[in-house]
Order: sequence, then C-alpha cells, then structure tokens
Amino acid sequence: MTNTLHRFGPAESFHDDYVIFAIASKGRNDQGALEKLRRFLQIAVRFKPVNLGDAIHGGAVRPSRSMTPAAHWKRDSTPDFDAVIAGLDAPTTVAAVFDNRAAANDFVNAIKDADLGLSINVSTSIDGAEQCCFAAGIPRHSVGYSLGFEGDTTRLPDSKVMLLSTMCGHGMVSHNLAKKMIDWVKEGRRTPEQAASYLTRFCSCGVFNPARAARLLEQAARGE
Amino acid sequence: MNINRDRCVACGNCTYACPMGAIYIDPVAHRATINRRECVECYACFNGLSQEHLNPSFVRTVRKLFQIARIRFDPEPDVCPTAAFEPEELAWPRMVRRAFSDPRVPHESTGVHGRGTEEVKTNDVSGRVGPGEVGFTIEFGRPGVGVWFRDIQKMCWALARAGVAFEKKNPVTSLMSDVATGTIREDIMGEKVLSAIVEIKVPVARAEEVVRLVWEIEKQVDTVVALGVGARCDETGEDAVVAPILERLGYKLERAKTNIGLGRVTNVQ
Repeated sequence: MTNTLHRFGPAESFHDDYVIFAIASKGRNDQGALEKLRRFLQIAVRFKPVNLGDAIHGGAVRPSRSMTPAAHWKRDSTPDFDAVIAGLDAPTTVAAVFDNRAAANDFVNAIKDADLGLSINVSTSIDGAEQCCFAAGIPRHSVGYSLGFEGDTTRLPDSKVMLLSTMCGHGMVSHNLAKKMIDWVKEGRRTPEQAASYLTRFCSCGVFNPARAARLLEQAARGE
Repeated sequence: MNINRDRCVACGNCTYACPMGAIYIDPVAHRATINRRECVECYACFNGLSQEHLNPSFVRTVRKLFQIARIRFDPEPDVCPTAAFEPEELAWPRMVRRAFSDPRVPHESTGVHGRGTEEVKTNDVSGRVGPGEVGFTIEFGRPGVGVWFRDIQKMCWALARAGVAFEKKNPVTSLMSDVATGTIREDIMGEKVLSAIVEIKVPVARAEEVVRLVWEIEKQVDTVVALGVGARCDETGEDAVVAPILERLGYKLERAKTNIGLGRVTNVQ
C-alpha cells in the first residue's frame, strides 16, 4: 500500500502536508499493537491534526449511512477525532495529517518520547521529512522515493485536478469529482472548505488533507 | 456493484464519484447505469457517497418540476438520495477486481488492507531492504486509470526474464501460476483493477537496469505507472547511494515516505 507516497506536486506544494503514520509488522511487533496504535492517535490529537484515520474505518470526516434532508443546509463537517480513536478495533495502519511543520515536528518528538515500538513514517517532501527527523534528533532509517507518474500519462487529467485527487492514494477520490469541485468553487456554489470536505469523505483511510485541498481549490478557482 | 433501478432517481452524483468514470445515466432508461467492463468493484460509490433514504417517486417528481422550470437543483454532490447502491456477491474471477480496488478489503495473501505490502514502511523492524539493496514498487493504474492484468503480465514476464525475484508476500505474486517466469494465472487476464503493485528487490548495482527495463515495458502498457524506490539510509540518516542513481537517470526527487526508525521487534515468541 503506497497510499501516501505518490501525491502529485512539486516539493514546495507539500509545505502544508505532513502525513505521519504508524504500522505494526506482522509477526514482529503486532502483539499488543492495537493499544499502541490507539495511543498514537491520542497523542496526535494534542497537536491539532487536520485529519486522523485508520485503514479499515476511514478518516475523521466520514460519509453518513442515514443522512436527513436537513443536512443539505446544515451539514456538519467537523472532524470527529474521538470517533476515529474509539472505532479502532483491529491492528492496521493509522495516520495523522498536519498542515504545518511545527506541529509535525512536535508530534514526531512526542511519538519518540512515547516509545511505542511501532514503525513510524513521515510522508511529505523529502526535505520536510528530513527536517522533522533533524528536529527530533533521529537519523532516517529508510526512505521510499516517489518517482512520479509514467507510462501512458495522456490518460491523466490536468495538474490542478491531480493535485487534489492524488491525495487519496487508494484512488477513491475521482478526477471527475475533483474537477467538479474546482468548478463549483469557481462558480461560487461552494466555499473551498465545503468542497474539500466532500472530497475528504471519499478517502477510506484518513490521509486526505482537507486544509491543503481547500488551499488548492481556492488557487485553482482563481486560475492559479 | 448493482444500482437498484427502482430506487435510482438519476441525480448523477455517482457519475462524478466513480474513480473509473464507469457510471453514466442511461438516456433511455433514465437511470444510473454501471459499465460492468470498466467497473473495478472499488466500492467508492457505496462507501464514499452518503446515503439518504428518500422516497424515489417524490424525488423524481421534484426533480422533474425543477427541470421544467429550468431551476437549478443544487443538492450536496456526495449523496445518493435514495440509497440505490447494492453490493453484490462476486464470483471468481470478478472478485479479484474488488480485492485490488477496494482498500478496505484485506488481501488474503498479505493480511494488509490495500494493494501492496509493508515494504519499507516497516523496514526498521523487518529489514526487508538492507544496505546495498533497492526495493521497487511498480504500481499500475493509479491514479484513476485502472489496469488490466494482461498489461501487468507484460511487466512481470520482462522482470522474470531479467532474473529479478518477486516479493513473496505481495498480492500480484500470489496470483502467479509460475513465479519463476512471472506468469500470472490465465483466468484473470480479462479482469481490470483500480491499481496493482509489483514488488521486487535487487542489489544497488542493478537499480539502473531495472529502471530502464520499466521504461521500456511501460511504453507497451495501456495505463499509467507509478514507480516507488525504497532504500536503506546509513547510520547518519543519509542515502548517498540510491538517490544519486535516480538523479542521474533524470528524476527530480521531490517526495518520499521516510521511515524514521522508531520500530523494534516486541513480539514474545
């Protein structure tokens, strides 16, 4: 699962995008991992993430199975971090997303101090991750580089759409919906934040960054 | 996936939500319809759209009146107003589509939710990619294009001919009838999935050869390819071995996932 690796964009476009995730290795440190993964999420909340999630149940902004018509006018898109933590019921990958380096640095420091024994990964620009490690006094152990998209790239949409849709590495945020949201913000039919929340609900593991999405939608709507 | 025609009101929200663009409004039936050849059973429609449970006749009447009056109906775009999507029991080989496309379904071969494995994410504990080695994840179909197994087959054959070993705990490897030749079982060649990842590991000395091989084969496949390269850093946290090779090949390294090395073996044997 390379669900955070291949986000589209130049390094500077990840200045507000830090995905930090924890994972246990099967047969090596998965005994008692559930409580440690929950602890990871609890610590993350202290540093004001913009999203939080696990790979089984999804993120902090989820679709509803029983929406009422009234929700069309008064829809709650507030991230529910408590629901994510309470809903974690099996070892899986858990993630916290931050929109600034200071919070990411502080969180990495706190996770280091917590000594959970789980594998922790930082997914962002190469420089951003190095800075996080440097701030925590940790040398990088391993690195997984994204070399971008190749092959028949004529089948890909324009870069503004790609910046949004690739934030769900599982591919659950469709290009067509991302394009529609850019158009809706452009037309003034929705705010960038509202449009970002629609996209966020499709992400099945909570790594979608609604803050970065709102910024990208606003820029795309202005033609930037 | 099925769409209940008695419930669908042809609002069109699902046509945008489908990552494959495989849902359209049938102009004759006036209902959302799934192109089953292109549908990869990712369940983004069922899992991602919120559901209302409105009366379909009522919604159709309202929509008709608005249409006649040329009034723009502006509902939430991520909602199926009548909960018309109905998952179906998938039989072999179609069930392969869901296993590779719906990230909430764990692969039996790996136990990991999603299409790959732990790769370098747990390298601090597993030691999967050691010093002097390079791990490759060659992902097909993402973002939003999809891939047929017959295209993945081309890459697997080429890698096997080059004498490259496939990662054992990988969903694609688990579907090979002959791992030595990279041959994927014949009965899934006609299946399309949202994405699939081929994983290999080679000595650093072969990294450039593998990249050039991928370049050659990706010209022959009808989809996009995303290449990921995993490397072990030295004791100071630097990678002075693999990154220079990639840069020499013309890649501008912008993004990575970095394993910060806090994991350790804790299981009691």
